[in-house]
Amino acid sequence: MEPVIEVKDLKTYFRSPQGVGKAVDGVSFKIQRGSTFALVGESGCGKSVTALSLIQLVPEPQGFIAGGQVLLKGRNIVDLPEREKRKIRGTEISMIFQEPMTSLNPVFTIGNQIVEAVKLHQGKTRQEARAIAIDMLEQVGLPRPEELYYEYPHRLSGGMRQRVMIAIALSCRPDLLIADEPTTALDVTIQDQILKLMKELRDTMGTSILLITHNLAVVYQNAEEVAVMYGGKIMEQASTKKLFRNPMHPYTIQLLRSIPGIEKRGMTLETISGIVPPATEYPAGCPFAGRCPREMEGCAGIRPPLAEREPGHLVACHLYDADFMSKPHSKPLKREAEEAEPLATPPGERPVVLEVKGLKCYYPIRKGLLKKAVGHVKAVDGIDITIRKGSTLALVGESGCGKTTAGKGIIQLLRPTAGSVVFHGTDITGLTDRELKKYRSEMQIVFQDPFSSLNPRMMVGQIIEEGLKSLKPRMTRAERIRKIEETLERVGLTPEMRHRYPHEFSGGQRQRIGIARVLAVDPEFIVCDEPTSALDVSVQAQILNLLKYIQRDFGISLLFITHDISVVEYIADEVAVMLDGKILEHETAEAIFAHPKDPYTKTLLKAVPRIEQAAS
Amino acid sequence: MPVILATDLIIFFVVGIVVYFIFAGRKEGYTRNAWLQIRKNRLAMVCMSILVLYGSVAVLDSIRFRDPLRTDTGTVVRAADGKKIYSPQALSLLDRLLWNMRANTEKTFSAPLASRLYVKESMELPDGTMVRDYQPLEYPGKHLLGTDKVGSDVLFSAIKGVRTGVVIGTGTTVIIIPFAIFFGVMAGFFGGRIDDIIQYIYTTLASIPAVLLIVAFMLIFGAEGYQGGLVRDRDLYQGFFVPNDRLFWLCIIMGITSWTDLCRIIRGETLKLRELEYVQAAKAFGVAKMKIIYRHIVPNVMHLVLITMVLQFSGLVLAEAILSYIGIGVGPEMGSWGNMINTARLELSREPVVWWSLIGAFVFMFGLVLPANIFGDAVRDALEPRLRVR
Amino acid sequence: MLTYIIRRVLYAIPIILGVNILTALLFFYVNTPDDMARQIIGEKNITPEAIENWKRDHGYNLPLLLNTEEEGLSVVTQTIFFQRSAPLLWLDFGRSDRKNADINNEIRKRMWPSLAIALPIFLIGIFVNLTFAMLVAFFRGTYLDLWGVILCVVMMSVSTLFYIIGGQYVFGRVLKLFPISGYDVGVHAAKFVVLPVVIGIITAVGSGVRFYRTVFLEEIGKDYIRTARAKGLSETKVLFKHGLKNAMIPILTSVVVSIPFLFYGSLLMENFFAVPGLGSFTIEAIQAQDFAIVRSMVYLGSILYIVGLILTDISYTLVDPRIRLE
Repeated sequence: MEPVIEVKDLKTYFRSPQGVGKAVDGVSFKIQRGSTFALVGESGCGKSVTALSLIQLVPEPQGFIAGGQVLLKGRNIVDLPEREKRKIRGTEISMIFQEPMTSLNPVFTIGNQIVEAVKLHQGKTRQEARAIAIDMLEQVGLPRPEELYYEYPHRLSGGMRQRVMIAIALSCRPDLLIADEPTTALDVTIQDQILKLMKELRDTMGTSILLITHNLAVVYQNAEEVAVMYGGKIMEQASTKKLFRNPMHPYTIQLLRSIPGIEKRGMTLETISGIVPPATEYPAGCPFAGRCPREMEGCAGIRPPLAEREPGHLVACHLYDADFMSKPHSKPLKREAEEAEPLATPPGERPVVLEVKGLKCYYPIRKGLLKKAVGHVKAVDGIDITIRKGSTLALVGESGCGKTTAGKGIIQLLRPTAGSVVFHGTDITGLTDRELKKYRSEMQIVFQDPFSSLNPRMMVGQIIEEGLKSLKPRMTRAERIRKIEETLERVGLTPEMRHRYPHEFSGGQRQRIGIARVLAVDPEFIVCDEPTSALDVSVQAQILNLLKYIQRDFGISLLFITHDISVVEYIADEVAVMLDGKILEHETAEAIFAHPKDPYTKTLLKAVPRIEQAAS
Repeated sequence: MPVILATDLIIFFVVGIVVYFIFAGRKEGYTRNAWLQIRKNRLAMVCMSILVLYGSVAVLDSIRFRDPLRTDTGTVVRAADGKKIYSPQALSLLDRLLWNMRANTEKTFSAPLASRLYVKESMELPDGTMVRDYQPLEYPGKHLLGTDKVGSDVLFSAIKGVRTGVVIGTGTTVIIIPFAIFFGVMAGFFGGRIDDIIQYIYTTLASIPAVLLIVAFMLIFGAEGYQGGLVRDRDLYQGFFVPNDRLFWLCIIMGITSWTDLCRIIRGETLKLRELEYVQAAKAFGVAKMKIIYRHIVPNVMHLVLITMVLQFSGLVLAEAILSYIGIGVGPEMGSWGNMINTARLELSREPVVWWSLIGAFVFMFGLVLPANIFGDAVRDALEPRLRVR
Repeated sequence: MLTYIIRRVLYAIPIILGVNILTALLFFYVNTPDDMARQIIGEKNITPEAIENWKRDHGYNLPLLLNTEEEGLSVVTQTIFFQRSAPLLWLDFGRSDRKNADINNEIRKRMWPSLAIALPIFLIGIFVNLTFAMLVAFFRGTYLDLWGVILCVVMMSVSTLFYIIGGQYVFGRVLKLFPISGYDVGVHAAKFVVLPVVIGIITAVGSGVRFYRTVFLEEIGKDYIRTARAKGLSETKVLFKHGLKNAMIPILTSVVVSIPFLFYGSLLMENFFAVPGLGSFTIEAIQAQDFAIVRSMVYLGSILYIVGLILTDISYTLVDPRIRLE
């Protein structure tokens, strides 16, 4: 059967002041009718640019297709005039995007935005188009489609907007739907619904799907065929079953191993050293050279072709090339493996460090002529948790459940409305700023965003020094510098980095600096507010390892705030599940994952996509 | 004997700021990157050179001193108590450098590079007969832009306008920066009542029509100030400082009418910064509020100050000309393009037309404002990519 | 919506009071009635009696803030501040210092010529700016865009004075297309209005086009534009339907604030073109140092500005479905 779309040696380049970046550099694949093909990879690997190239929407003039073909049902669409391309968009290929909150035009009604495409491509009258639009809204599972038709997008939640996007994309029954990280911005329960909906519609309409994602588990559950991208090239491509049963490329293997999960509890996660190079600096040979644990002498200079090494399994790696392996340049380069120690938390009853009782954080809602408070947003509505010495409590919940507010309320970054936070026998909620200062060095916080958590105008040394100056005023300057250098080394950076500015570091390194800043004041308890959710999975593994190490070495207690269940499964000793400002369940990790009691916890755990036969 | 006007201090202060920025930003990554980006933009660099040239002229025209009065034989005239007596004319370095342009005056109008006057005058021929003819110039071909009604060199007048333009363009912003930062940061950081009060102040000020506020202010405060020309004894404080400088008052009132924009921008940015994680981190370290403001907020709004300064510059130069044209700007003896335009406008209705004064003012003004606009855009693009226009 | 407007109006009261006090301070405290009398009577004829007479004739013979000779409420009311400033609150501007003319009457009479100049500049100006801005935005990244922007910056860099003087010289004196200045009533005003309107538009076109272009390009970079393109809409439709309606939000709200000022006139234009509007009224008052008029105009300007702010907020709700005023 003829594939719906066939990409042949596609090259999409970007001009930038630093030179030409080969964002997509010779990518080929086919998608069969009615199947889902996944492109997976870390940020900056070129998967989104591939998608934009398929629908011919590469941002001009910086970006341009430098070569190759995109055959839509046998017809090359790269060289078509713009007018013809427009006829294809929306009818034969359509696309949905990552950010449902911004992808709909705020000033037009939802109906208007669906009807627009229908009228344009199918030449229907307004009445007919409206009927189709309402039908589409119904098909994507939205309630009251007749009323929704006249609504503006801002009245809808993120999940509903993504459904509207799907309705727009599928309104003309396209052959191919490109879904670029369609669920990344959504909560895990919503993600589950949207992915199921896409599968369902694919089967009823016979549409093919190109699924772009960084989440391997989502691929595992949703795609028939998968290609792993790195550095603008496909590293490995096979059917989903084959690839997950027998990953062959070192990159794929490392990627799979760095995913945290319940089966890796008590172990160090494997990581990938180094960072993804910018598109302008890809090496001439294998793009993974320099980071690969099995790199050979010839890898950086000779590009491995994407070749079928097993039936239906394409790999771009010299390891499977008998010819390459017989030559002298196949001598492996020595790479230092990161220490792989067991990290199991020692069993036994541990003393309570911090006890939160009935914590409430309310914000007033002001309305009317005099802005009187007419009610309260109950961000945190009476939670009780206990944190034990040297262990990790994960506070899990979906966006808007109040978990971040709770974290800030606990360390008094926000003054709670009511309740008590007892730290070593003292209730710290009533203390003045001055009295609180004593406790500041004991309780610290690591933030989510590695970019806004460091002042761009201060050198790394100054950033770490700030806490020391404020909380350890007796330290001399020399002592402070020694402490800064020590801490930098502890988090895997070098002492001389204290003279550099934050912008010189990658996201993962910045997060290490954030941890160093906190570690320098010797805290006993750290709140980690989604510390890894802005990071790629391989970098996330590095940070999780680091947190585990410092916990082991210093006996620090962690309150780990996150929405990512797989991270919780890996790192938490105890788990508290939060919804609408309340704690639904507070249990040991073993108990909660084996026997969740609360129905919401059950839904949450069930919605998490998992790789069942992960190779490790 | 030096004479220092209040506005001279502004010029020196601006030079100081520029030097500080060059030294402070040399190492720091953020500023350095911005500078490297600007440096790549060749047009911006050309514009910067032109601005530096204008700036140097302004600096040269701001260092002035009075010479002791001398008798024809060259001996210094002394008062009864033996002190030297100084001439009331405070000449700047620029005046002294271009002394021949200043001194080479004609009787009245002459066209650019002409050798004779532009209007016929009665003159007596050697044989005693009276004729009306174009009299020869005393300095033929020396006046690149001709001379005006009283015979002064137009080019020189235009050059003398540089200092006024630069002072207004930079001084106005410089004077208000501390207030704008203080109020903006306070309002944004503390919020609540403080925010309400500060917002009230700037909404009230912004609601008064700027021109009229300037007019009223200048009529009341500017009338007594030093207006250029000879230095009167009552202007002088301690014999060398002129605090009551009309141009300085103009800077102040134009500052008052323009600070609200900067204040609003800084308030908005502070509101954003306040929630940023590095500020939260500092709070978690128990760092005092004032220290947080000093260390985390103010350095991170400074780029907005710089952007505002360069972007406001051209608007202020243009505004000064208009105000001086209306007659509420600088004094008539202070070199100013607005004053030049004011007189030149009437000359346009002469027959034949006297056009060079207008052209002179136009060229010099345009030559300052255009590079300032282009350079301002480059600075903004480099420092605040969010505002960039592709 | 109604509560919102009421709240905004209530919020305006302290601002208006603030302006009132500020202007009173500036005009009466720093420049006392004695100073005013001296300025107006002239240096030559100054005698204490003349000053007293003038002050009595013009109602400035009272204490400034508190009248200790009176009792009760009169302590406050029988003062210059109350007599001369408080009536401004209910838009009673009183009489001018020099000609003793009724300022309210003058304003009513003179706002129409101002409007005749300002309204066409406003309307045609928006149209022209929008058109050119869309044109350069449509051709973004090409030479047309590049040179368009350069032209804008160049036009912004020329002083208004040159546009006016140059315009008058070229169109009025050399080409003799229009009268250089002056005004007439009714339809006859048309020939006097054309030149100032054309020049008024040209003056603002540089910055206007550039600003609108920035707004457009910002919208073009948004995600929903990508969605519209992915639907297969043509570039014109993407820009003129999806982009324009969103760009109109910041554009509209930025121009609405100046609508009340259309009556207010422009000092510069009316002075140059001898239009008997409020602008030239003001400038004449400045030159004659008639502070009663200047004060009235300051006050009027503030009120128009506040009205403009309220209109801006209301216009937001009309064009942006996301904003519902409480």
